[in-house]
Amino acid sequence: MNEFVEHRVKLRFADPRRTYDVVIVGGGGHGLATAYYLATRHGITNVAVLERGYIGAGNSGRNTTVIRANYGVPATVRFYQHSLELYQRLEAETGRWIMHNEKGLLWLAHTEMGLRAERARARINTACGSETVFVEPDEIKRICPQLDLAGAGRYPILGASYHPHGATARHDRVVWTYAEGAMERGVDVVQRIAVSGIRTAGDRVVGVETDQGPIDAPVVLSAVGGHVTTLCATAGVRLPIRTHPLQAFVTNHYEGTFEAIVASTELLFYASQTARGEMLIGAEIDRQPSYSYRSTFDFLSSCTGRALALLPFMGNLRILRQWTGVCDMSPDYTPVMGETGVDGLLVTTGWGTWGFKAIPAGGEAMAEMIATGRTPEMIAPFSVNRFAADRTLADRGSSGTH
Amino acid sequence: MLRLACPNCGERSVVEFRYGEIPIVPEELTDPEARDLDRAFMRSNIEGIVTERWFHEAGCRRWMTVRRDTRTDEVLEIVSQSSGQRSDRTA
Repeated sequence: MNEFVEHRVKLRFADPRRTYDVVIVGGGGHGLATAYYLATRHGITNVAVLERGYIGAGNSGRNTTVIRANYGVPATVRFYQHSLELYQRLEAETGRWIMHNEKGLLWLAHTEMGLRAERARARINTACGSETVFVEPDEIKRICPQLDLAGAGRYPILGASYHPHGATARHDRVVWTYAEGAMERGVDVVQRIAVSGIRTAGDRVVGVETDQGPIDAPVVLSAVGGHVTTLCATAGVRLPIRTHPLQAFVTNHYEGTFEAIVASTELLFYASQTARGEMLIGAEIDRQPSYSYRSTFDFLSSCTGRALALLPFMGNLRILRQWTGVCDMSPDYTPVMGETGVDGLLVTTGWGTWGFKAIPAGGEAMAEMIATGRTPEMIAPFSVNRFAADRTLADRGSSGTH
Repeated sequence: MLRLACPNCGERSVVEFRYGEIPIVPEELTDPEARDLDRAFMRSNIEGIVTERWFHEAGCRRWMTVRRDTRTDEVLEIVSQSSGQRSDRTA
């Protein structure tokens, strides 16, 4: 742990007890945020967060930390806009610095079809309370001077939608902030405890099985990344989730200033500059479902090729490190939250390539659901029943990675 | 890096292929509607050895059946290759 953690963040991990009111499986952003909001908004603190590794070791620490709400379906625009606003207030609420930095986000269009999509995005975002405007190439050049508007002659930049409140935050500080807030109010956060299954009696959940013995709880929330289908299968629950790797890399320090976050849904890559000055690049998910967490050279060569077409200055940079996370992809590229058909067993999953930005709103909604026993209106459309009811929320074009 | 040995074209990088899942609908599901729903949307998402289909899009453009370990991405076996067959038969 670095100096910041040792001196500023008071993380006190607990040993597991045998019984809790609520057990949350998965100590990532979503699990810890749910615990934090249960404690702060609803006064429920007899809660355990069980993490297999260390907190934030999974996808909370493996993403590209972009916060945005420029989605394509009203229900998701409203949800992510609420999340974006909770992020804006999180530092004031907790007194912790999460390095929240509003940069503005450009989504580039290279074709007529792309232009139509970005114009439509600006309209639908505006109508649903999120600020997005359509911008012409001269304005794009002003926002991000490094962009080659000719796109190396192959991917001309014809226009973009601009999302001024698009931001980034430091991922591990978000995790620690929520963990600390939950811990100081009495929530048990347990590390290095592997949950191997969900225990049920009839149609009800009664607890979880772990490598340190069973733990009883009338409410179990799966906030697991990657292994959610395996976990829920132990309770007989089928989920519409497939797990794919997602890779990203950073370069060495770029001495210039790269203020905006730039993404191209047609070229499938996005770039931003980290607080250390590195250029952070992410791209599409790998084709095959996998839990291997393996980084590949294929990804580097195809992704850098596309990145250089738009950002030629990056040709002078070196790649420092590369990593892989796993994405729980739902068929319609929208999260899956809420009840599972087993009483007391809740899931928050399907966080694909859009989980980090949803941490505050997802945690708040799941906490409200646990506390009140009712599905909050904001996440009702994300129920797993939408597939049976023919109310899918297809939004592939907003994932940024497909 | 995942590489697949196409029986026609030899060993190639995964970027040349398109993935095809073989849906596994649980036996316990008997209601036809429920089976259709499960087949269309639900995923087994197995951590372990899976049988799956790959289409050699940038090569011979034929489907093949592959056994792979999703924990390591190790390809265990190229089971068969065929052309013109449906890719959606139950494993």
